[in-house]
Amino acid sequence: MAQAKSMAAILEFLSKAELLKQGAEARVYRSNFLGRPTIVKERFRKQYRHPLLDEKLTHRRTVQEVRSVLRCRRAGISVPVVYFVDYTSHSIFLEEIEGSSTVRDHIASAPRSASCEGLEPLAERVGQVLAKMHDEDVIHGDLTTSNMLLRCGPEDGESELFLIDFGLSYISALPEDKGVDLYVLEKAFLSTHPNTEALFERLLKSYAVSSKKSAAVIKKLDEVRLRGRKRSMVG
Amino acid sequence: MTIVIGFEGSANKIGIGIIKDGEVLSNPRRTYITPPGQGFMPSDTARHHRAVILTVLKEALEQAGLRPADIDCVAYTKGPGMGAPLVTVALVARTVAQLWGKPLLGVNHCIGHIEMGRLITQANNPTVLYVSGGNTQVIAYSERRYRIFGETIDIAVGNCLDRFARVIKISNDPSPGYNIEQMAKKGSQYVELPYTVKGMDVSFSGILSYIEEAAHKMLSSGQCSEEDLCFSLQETVFSMLVEITERAMAHCGSGEVLIVGGVGCNLRLQEMMGVMCKERNAKLFATDERFCIDNGAMIAQAGWEMFRSGQVTELEDSWITQRYRTDEVEVTWRD
Repeated sequence: MAQAKSMAAILEFLSKAELLKQGAEARVYRSNFLGRPTIVKERFRKQYRHPLLDEKLTHRRTVQEVRSVLRCRRAGISVPVVYFVDYTSHSIFLEEIEGSSTVRDHIASAPRSASCEGLEPLAERVGQVLAKMHDEDVIHGDLTTSNMLLRCGPEDGESELFLIDFGLSYISALPEDKGVDLYVLEKAFLSTHPNTEALFERLLKSYAVSSKKSAAVIKKLDEVRLRGRKRSMVG
Repeated sequence: MTIVIGFEGSANKIGIGIIKDGEVLSNPRRTYITPPGQGFMPSDTARHHRAVILTVLKEALEQAGLRPADIDCVAYTKGPGMGAPLVTVALVARTVAQLWGKPLLGVNHCIGHIEMGRLITQANNPTVLYVSGGNTQVIAYSERRYRIFGETIDIAVGNCLDRFARVIKISNDPSPGYNIEQMAKKGSQYVELPYTVKGMDVSFSGILSYIEEAAHKMLSSGQCSEEDLCFSLQETVFSMLVEITERAMAHCGSGEVLIVGGVGCNLRLQEMMGVMCKERNAKLFATDERFCIDNGAMIAQAGWEMFRSGQVTELEDSWITQRYRTDEVEVTWRD
């Protein structure tokens, strides 16, 4: 009974909110919650999945996302604040990072637009942030340039880099898992932004310098790269 | 007017097809089918291909009503695939090319599937899900390459299904995947199986080893039927495929999906993908078994595109390779 009531309340709230986008995982809304600009991430039911599978997956991902975000926050990594979680509608209420845009958009529009951050310093910054996250043993699981937000600071101030979308994340200390995490980013990076190999190298160098356990991770990354399917294992 | 003949035999299907400016003139094919519980081995498969290829070649020409002189180009599968069968087919392609005095073209098998899918469905610029016994990739075209956005990090989904079929001795005629599909329709109980999506990639070896081990226990304890296992396996692996396709679409801002490859014949997969597309106002494109399953015409079609954009494969470069990435090819026929 209580479940149905809270579900209805959330849906009522969302019906008045502004739908920002429908990602692969969830609908993202913008609204106001307890006086603060809020993003609501609603993992709606995927009709193509069997209901039992859908429920298990959706619940697991909601829980994983919230746990990882909190863990990152405690480690000092910039992530949105979690205001509220509802497990009936699988909705997460998060701080809205106002005035930001995705790293993907920044890279895609450079050098035509005057971005607040040049591409190379941006790549270095991403490397640093990921190093910090991995040192915390958080594996993001879905690293892409669409899952990183850049908020430009005041005129000559520091811009802030946020990580979002921790639905596929988990905790692991294994260099293999961190290497795969970087590999997922590398593939997403290079397929979305063609001809940016040098930029990604910059990112990796910055990661290697910033992380205390990077040597093993980079070694694993090299191994995983060779493992790609239908790829000649020579050289 | 450009007429291309295509030779395909990278797995257990041997097909030869002829395309004339977007029209499929002929597309005969034979499949090497093994007894239940057995997969197909490279040398046996090559032996099968050797035995039938000249018959299939004759059929292709006769059904198209053409003579060798009418052909403009001989296309063949350069890779990826199984070594011995690839060699067998390439050898015949090279020989006829020299006999008929026609240029050769080595084609990437995956690109053959994509170009055939584009031709048949007229999809504009879709996110492509290429799923077969040997390959599982999510591909999108960008700046002269078919870029791989997501793929399996271990085995292909078709391979997972085929190997499961062997565990419970499902017939391989006409194909294990088809028979799993029919049995799944009669299944109703969903059995929880491992679900592994890593970013835009998927992994099937975990679910395969789980089900290989657990199947006999679950069946003998009466917990579920073979039909239930087929049903549960399909629901799980297809959900994984739909998920990574949707992620790629969201990332690229794409509104079209094209499914190609043998597993693309599966109507349940098409149905699930259709539901996902409907939810995002996207369009789904799929082909039927004539073109989903490996065939010669798809190689001819890709060859047609390559040939018309000025590509040719010299004899000394007409080798085959078991490993050939989709994104290695420069797509000179699109801008």
